Parts: sequence; C-alpha cells; structure tokens
Amino acid sequence: MSIRTRLLQAAAIAGLIPLAAPAFAGDITFWTWRQEDRAAYTELFNDFTKLNPDIHVKFESFAAENYNTIASTALAAGRGGDVLQARAYGGLEVFAKTGYYLPLDTTNVPELANLPAEALAAETLRADGRVYALPYASQTLGLFINKDVFAKAGLTPPETFDELLTVGKALKEKGITPIANGTATAWMDEVFAGIFTAPFLGPDFVADILAGRATFADPRYVAALGKLLELKDLMPQGYTGIDYPTGQQLFLSGRAAIFAGGSFEIANFRKQNPKINMDFVAPLAATKGGARYVAKFFDGGYAVNAKSPNQADALKLVRFMGTKAYGDKFAALLGNISPIKGVTLEDPLLSKVATLNAVSIPYIMAVYFRFDTPTGSELLSGGVQKMFAGNITPAQIGADVTAGISRYYEPFQKK
Amino acid sequence: MRSVSPLWLAFLLAPAALTMLVFVAWPLLGAFRYAFFDFNGLATAGFAGLHNFTDVLFEPPWSAWTFQALRHNIVVFAALMIVQNGLAYLIAFALLKALPGHRLHQVIVFLPVVLSAVIVGFLWKLLLHPLFGVVNALLAAIHIQGPPWLGDAETALPSIILANLWHWTGFPALIFLAAMQRIPAETLEAARLDGATDGVLLRRIIWPLVAPAATIIFTLTFIGSFNWFELPYVMAGLSGAPGGATDVLGLYFYRTAFGSVSSGLQDFGHGSALAVLMFAFLAAVSSVALRLLRRREVDIG
Repeated sequence: MSIRTRLLQAAAIAGLIPLAAPAFAGDITFWTWRQEDRAAYTELFNDFTKLNPDIHVKFESFAAENYNTIASTALAAGRGGDVLQARAYGGLEVFAKTGYYLPLDTTNVPELANLPAEALAAETLRADGRVYALPYASQTLGLFINKDVFAKAGLTPPETFDELLTVGKALKEKGITPIANGTATAWMDEVFAGIFTAPFLGPDFVADILAGRATFADPRYVAALGKLLELKDLMPQGYTGIDYPTGQQLFLSGRAAIFAGGSFEIANFRKQNPKINMDFVAPLAATKGGARYVAKFFDGGYAVNAKSPNQADALKLVRFMGTKAYGDKFAALLGNISPIKGVTLEDPLLSKVATLNAVSIPYIMAVYFRFDTPTGSELLSGGVQKMFAGNITPAQIGADVTAGISRYYEPFQKK
Repeated sequence: MRSVSPLWLAFLLAPAALTMLVFVAWPLLGAFRYAFFDFNGLATAGFAGLHNFTDVLFEPPWSAWTFQALRHNIVVFAALMIVQNGLAYLIAFALLKALPGHRLHQVIVFLPVVLSAVIVGFLWKLLLHPLFGVVNALLAAIHIQGPPWLGDAETALPSIILANLWHWTGFPALIFLAAMQRIPAETLEAARLDGATDGVLLRRIIWPLVAPAATIIFTLTFIGSFNWFELPYVMAGLSGAPGGATDVLGLYFYRTAFGSVSSGLQDFGHGSALAVLMFAFLAAVSSVALRLLRRREVDIG
C-alpha cells in the first residue's frame, strides 16, 4: 500500500474527507420549517411514492425562526433541499430574486392550472411576473368563539362591534375575560388590528390605497385603529404584558371567551384541547347588518431548488402537490385550507372558514407592503403595540406607517 | 539564548493565526464589505457607497430606531455599571470578612451565573407575568396591583435589567473578591489600627488596590451591555416589546439583517452597516477606556 493511499485512508477515517454517500437516484429531500407537520407529510409523501415507486422523499425540518437563514446559506452554496417550503409575497421575493428557485409554469408544472389566480399571485415575483412556488394554503383571520363559555354565561356571541362591547361587559361581570388576546407579541398585534379593522375599512379602502387615492393617514384608517382602543377593557388584566401563548391558553382553558386569530390556529387548538367546543366567525360588523369582511392571505408555497441535481424528480413531487387528491388530504391532515380548486373540506369548521372567504379583503400589510424595508407589518405592529401601551395615538400610527412605506411606495410620495 | 528559526515560529503560529483569520477576520471583513452594497434579495446588487450608513444614521424610521436602541444600551450600561458592579463590590467586601456561612453565601451569589441567559430570561418572564407571576401575586397579598412589568414602556427595560442583575452580579463579585483577597492582610490591619471604618477602608484602601480587577469588570460590562441580546430577546422578543421600549442594538441588528419571520425581511445591507457601526463604536470606546483605566491603575496603585 502506497503512503498516499494510507494517508488518504487515515484522513477518511479521521473524517477529514467527507464521504457523503451520493444520494441514491430517486431520493429527494423536502425542506420545511414545520417540524410539527412531519407525520402528515410522511403520509403525503408515501402516497407520492406509491404513484412514483422509484422516488423517495426525505422530510427535513429546521426551526422556523432560523429557516430563512439556513435555507439561504445552503442555497447560496448550491445545496439545500430539492423541494423547499417557500414563504409568500415579500418573503418569497427575497429568495426568488436571488435566483434560488426554479420558475414554474404550465409546461413544467401543468397543475398550476388547478390554482386560482390570487393564490398564484402570492408566489409570483412582481419583477418578472413568473410563479416560483406552488401555493399550499390560504389563511383567514377572524374570531374564535368558545361556545361552551357563551352557553354557560347564557349569552349569545356578538355580531357587531357595539354588541361586543355590551356582551363583553356582561361576560366580565360573570368573571370571564371577554377577549383572550394581549399585545406583548408584536406580530400578533398586526393580526389583531387586521381582524377588528377589516369591516370598518372594507374593499374600497384597500382599492384607494392601491390606487394612491388614500394613505394610512386617511381618517377611515385612523378611526378604525381608534376602535381597537375601545377593546382595552375587554382584554385580560395587564394585557400589554400578555403574550401570544398566554392568550391562546386563556382561550383554550375557557378563561376567555373570544380569541382573535387565524385559521392556522384550528389544528393546533384541537390538538391542545380536543374537547373544545369552538366556532370561527368573521370579524364583527361595523353596523347592524353591515358586511363582515375577513382578512385573507396566502401562507406560502412549494418551490424547486434551481440548482437541484434531481430537478426532474423534484418537479414530479411539486406536480403531485398541485393535484386535488393532495389538496384533499393536505386539508384533512393539517387542518389548513388548500387553495387547489374543488378541494373537499371534510372538517365542518374548515369548510365554514372557506365560505367566509367569499366576503374578504386582503390582509393588507402582508399582501402589499412586506416587499421592502421598513415593512408595513413591522411599522403597524410596533405602532399598535405602542398605542395599547398608551404612548401614541391612532393618528400617529397612521402618519408613521405612511412615512415609512413612502420610502419605497411611490403613490405615497406625492402626498 | 539559542536563536529560533522564524520559519519554525511561523509554523507554530499558523494554526492559531489561520483560525483567527478564517473565523474572525474574514467574517468581519465580509460584513464590512456587505455594508457598502445594495441587495437584491439575498445577493449583492451593485455598490451602494455610504447610503446604508446614512440610512441607519440619518433617515427615518431607521435613524429613530438606531438612536432609540443606542439610548437603551447606554441606560443598560449605566445601570449595570452603577447598580450591578456597586452591589458586587459590596458583596465581595462582605464575603471578604469571612463571617460564619460565607462559603455558602459565596456559592449562592455565584450560582445564577452558571445558568444560561435563556433560562434566566424565561424564568423572570414567568415571575413577572401579569396573570400567573409570583411577583404580582406577592404584591397582591399586600394589596398592591402590580403593573404588567414587561408590557409597560416604563417598567419593561428596568425589569430586564433586574433579571440581568440577578443573573450576573455574582461574576463581578467573584472577581472583586479574588482581588481583595490578594491585598496583604497587614495593609488592611494597619488601616484598621489607624481607625479606618468599613467605609473608609472600601473607598480609600481597597478601591485603589483592586484597580486592575475594576478595569476588567468595567471593560466587560461595557462590551456586555452594548452587545446585550439574549435576555431582551427572550423576555421582550425580537421587536423589543412594547413598541421598541426595550429595543437594543443587538436586537435591532439581528432583526434588520435576518428579518423577523412574521413581519420583516432579510436586509443584509442595512444590517451590515449597523454591525460595522457597532463594531467601530465598541472598538473605539473600549480602547480609549482601557487606556484611561490602565493609567488609573498606575496613578492610584
């Protein structure tokens, strides 16, 4: 044995030479930040392998808060999963602009035709108009109602904002916290604002913002934000110090009657308290009989790694993920609404959410103002948090948000 | 003395030098380079000149966030410097007296230091919880309605500083104690015979003699309070809740560069500019401070 071979052997044993076994042909990896969805995805991937016996999918997950950093580092080095869970809107663009994702169209993924245009828009890079991921879920923001708590208190859930104020008072007298949410977790403040303001704003306001006819300093927006302050008395004691997990627990344990949140909570709430008797309703009408708009957005999509050596197999998986069969099972296993056309939602609560989507407005900051920094989301959530802590007025939030967004949004620059 | 071949010296130094170069110098230079570029997504897109720097320093809303964070770092530094180090100095003196049970107390004082900041942050977050927290439960027992400590703009930062105090006081205390124990017993006895009280002893005799220890503690306190991250991250979140009342440079940099998952975007240009500014500020102030502190050691030593 030559010295050279021996050195090589020693180096290999010492682990200096990575002896990474080349992935077997037909093995692809799926990267996600949803560790908790492993069982569901394993089942979905087994279905895929039944149809494509020579392709096996490996599920690899990373902590949600580090996923962007890990995925971008791996992709920059020409590695990473073959199929990657991608975010939507601005979060998608960061990756798509850099060229990390393979552009999708009806030639490489004919199943894109199964998806509605607004879902595809969430996964489209605005600069080139191409789709970079196959959308997997839409989310709806509204109110969770603990039906047992209302029944026990002998009260009916409110339908208008003013009814909430009176019903809330009655609940409080019976020792029940009317609204479970606190304001300590910043991103939930955007959700909270998105829910209660939606019926006060309506689609006209959104259209005005997009056309540049109005800014967030508009009296309608400022008045809607001001409405939030009327809810102070209905929130838990010390609400500025109550974070998102505490709010969830207050609702799940029946100590609070209403939780303002998104349809993404449904599966998690059921898992944490299987006995909970809950309903999901649209945000409360501004006036009796007024429209109750839910705020809606798309969550993310499945993208193909542009540098994947297994692109053909990866595309096969994404095509499978765009079929009705996948959408049906995805909704059943993960409790989320798949945007694929004609999907059957077995879960009654989920199918109710889908009907609520008929009267919706976009979740405005996420859908339109999360593409550049400072994002509308960070400006709004920080502002709402400050407002609840008593430091600024709704008008100041409106002005701050408008000023921040006008750094990159031309229609606001003329104002 | 035998002469050593420079080649041999270089060979011996190489591993350490290489490690420093690859893992310290190169990333620093990388961040430095990024600070001068525009970003298109995650890739550089053309030279940006100084505008990342001018943005974070002079353009709202970034400038407001930068100076708010800096102001909070200064408050943290002042509080830790005076309260934490002052307390540590007094505790060290009490331990020096070797009263009965001092060994046990020494362990108790140092114990929190070994805990991870994440655990300490979580623990204090629970203690200060407005509904389930022990602190407000105790206050309620004497009929005081405690505030939501971490939710009020006025109490949030002091609460996190308090947690830091609980966590770290043992460390400077131990360093002061070690320094005090190195003072010759005769010196202290002579002062006592001359009628020095504890107060005089602390101010006139011990203080100058522990100057080298103070230098280390002051420098570490300075660096620690300007790189403050774990505790505010765990207790107030990435946005420095409520509404930036606990925002510090570390959180602000992280949030800008890596993006908070549910509301921000990765922005390496501005993030790197912040990192470079923080580095320059820390390096400049600590080198000047170190020189002054060393001179002080000589002057009063």
